[in-house]
Amino acid sequence: MTAGNDWPLWEVFIRAREGLSHKHVGSLHACDAEMALQHARDVYTRRREGESIWVVQSTDIIASAPADKESLFDPADAKIYRHPTFYEVPDEVECL
Amino acid sequence: MTAAAQREALFEYLLRLGDNCLILGHRLSEWCGKGPVLEEDIALSNIALDLVGQSTLWLDLAATVEGAGRDADALAFKRDVLDWRNFLLVEQPNGDFAQTIVRQFLFDCFHVELLQALTKSANQEIANIAAKAIKEAVYHRRHSGQWVIRLGDGTEESRTRAQAALEQLWGYTRELFDGDAIDEMMMQAGIAIDPGDFHENWRDAVTAVLGEATLTVPEATWSIGGGKKGVHSEHLGFLLAEMQFLPRAYPDAKW
Repeated sequence: MTAGNDWPLWEVFIRAREGLSHKHVGSLHACDAEMALQHARDVYTRRREGESIWVVQSTDIIASAPADKESLFDPADAKIYRHPTFYEVPDEVECL
Repeated sequence: MTAAAQREALFEYLLRLGDNCLILGHRLSEWCGKGPVLEEDIALSNIALDLVGQSTLWLDLAATVEGAGRDADALAFKRDVLDWRNFLLVEQPNGDFAQTIVRQFLFDCFHVELLQALTKSANQEIANIAAKAIKEAVYHRRHSGQWVIRLGDGTEESRTRAQAALEQLWGYTRELFDGDAIDEMMMQAGIAIDPGDFHENWRDAVTAVLGEATLTVPEATWSIGGGKKGVHSEHLGFLLAEMQFLPRAYPDAKW
């Protein structure tokens, strides 16, 4: 199984149910978008895992650099007031 | 016509439906672990499983109609080659990937038309199976159709192989549409339609995809049939030998 080595990599996102968002489930190789969709269907939804598929070429995803982790995310550590924990929730509120 | 003759004809007709699915499903399963890439290996195995699943439904129903105490397993594993009723097309060897895909595509286009017609069958059980199976068949056609386009409109080598596969298999397609006495009886009973009725739809669907694939529709210079009457090519015996070995060597084995 070597023929697919030059096929681009695609990331697969599946929506499990209406109302949920698409979730990353894995990746695969395919030579075009239609094939990527079909392969995603065949590889990742064999057990009725979803009802909608997104495929995106991996190279089209812009990722943050691991080296930027400190400057991007550490500053949020010191801002606990952004968590909604500083007010009382009335008993009558059921869904929050 | 006597009820017994009617039942006999329905049994034969159901065998044809089941046998086409089982033989083609088995052929595709021969790719398992040998697919050109992992993803396509899974895709072909999925389609194989769909077809084997459909054959179980058809053969279950055939066994019930026959009422001779046989079940779907007995029909699948304990019939010899002359008792099989599948088309010659589906028993042809896998060949290269292009041959497998072209064989699949020619059948899938037929299969969708056939199942479409059977969803309106006067026999409710047949209509129910067809309604379930057609969803799978439509996907199979999409899968094989896209591959025909990729191969035909691909490299010089893939194009040559796809065209060669077409030339090699085209003569087996005539049989898909040649009605006989059994088809006639099914038609009279409102169970099925004359397969000749959707030959043109099939041709249009196939021609459209071949056009997009820049492949040439072969000239019908030869044609051969007989599978649905039990006259098979030399390939079916070997397929059955492999498929039936285990249940025959170890009767009623459980796993």
